[in-house]
Amino acid sequence: MRLGLLCSIIRTEEKLILQALRNRGVEFEKIDDRQLALDLHSSTFPWDVVLERAVNHARALHTLKIFNDRGLPTINRWEVANVCGDKVLTTNALERAGVPTPRTIVAYTPDSALAAIESMGYPVVLKPAVGSWGRLIARANDRHAAEALLEHKQILGSYHHSIFYIQEYVEKAGRDIRAFVVGDQTISAIYRMSDHWITNTARGATTANCPVTDELNAICIAAAKAVGGGVLAVDVFESEHGLQVNEVNYTMEFRNSIDVTGVPIHERIVDYTLSVGQAAITAAR
Amino acid sequence: MPKCLECDAEITLKADVETGEIIDCPDCGTEFEVRSVDPPTLDHAPQEEEDWGE
Repeated sequence: MRLGLLCSIIRTEEKLILQALRNRGVEFEKIDDRQLALDLHSSTFPWDVVLERAVNHARALHTLKIFNDRGLPTINRWEVANVCGDKVLTTNALERAGVPTPRTIVAYTPDSALAAIESMGYPVVLKPAVGSWGRLIARANDRHAAEALLEHKQILGSYHHSIFYIQEYVEKAGRDIRAFVVGDQTISAIYRMSDHWITNTARGATTANCPVTDELNAICIAAAKAVGGGVLAVDVFESEHGLQVNEVNYTMEFRNSIDVTGVPIHERIVDYTLSVGQAAITAAR
Repeated sequence: MPKCLECDAEITLKADVETGEIIDCPDCGTEFEVRSVDPPTLDHAPQEEEDWGE
């Protein structure tokens, strides 16, 4: 089996995956998306399976679509990346599948967004539909802040910043849960703790092991299934209404989650990728 | 041993460094991407883009 690792810059996660591939003697190739030139009139690739670890969402999305449409299996599939890469589509998928998620309204103009915010009540959280690492997430505590944020988004942002994703603010008592799903199993989870209301580790949150209870496993598997399944990080709030899924990430970062959980997440990702590749090879025979 | 493109400090690459890895200059903190391991070659790290993430 020949495995392709789609990437550009190498983060700690990619480095761990590369080490795991080498330790196992897997035949693989790094596919740097900055050097790719994909011929849409060709359908042959030198890989049996591709593990997507690109840091650019747009490049990953297009490349996965081109690969999948030509029969090349990828982790994750294009459909999964498409849903998880857009918070509107993610929340929509979760809601349609009956997975508890914070109340969310989508609006397209500052006036309609402000009306929606007022109907929801303060505080609210405004998020870019496409974005990560807590970037440009804003909490509006009152009408004045909401008006300013909406105006700034409309005037300073590109068109997709006028897709206003408005989420109820969930009081999470200084922490949320990030759970890692590989296939049909929640392999580990961490608490992400911060004095700040944003609890992304990219924003400085600290981590601790979170036991994977039956309840947590069930909601994470349901969330993963709702977005199409694969290798996913599910962000979960412990709200007063019970567990709620906030987001699902399809190129998950886990560097801060191996030591605290004792679970070698990179090894599980490689296991899963090889199993998908082997299944594709067997099916083709 | 490569040198920092900003402050000229010598940068020691770890034995397990990967092509594409982002490293910091120990003196001035500038981020570089390892463009080649052998010979060791550095270039300025790419700037974070709006769709970067996980």
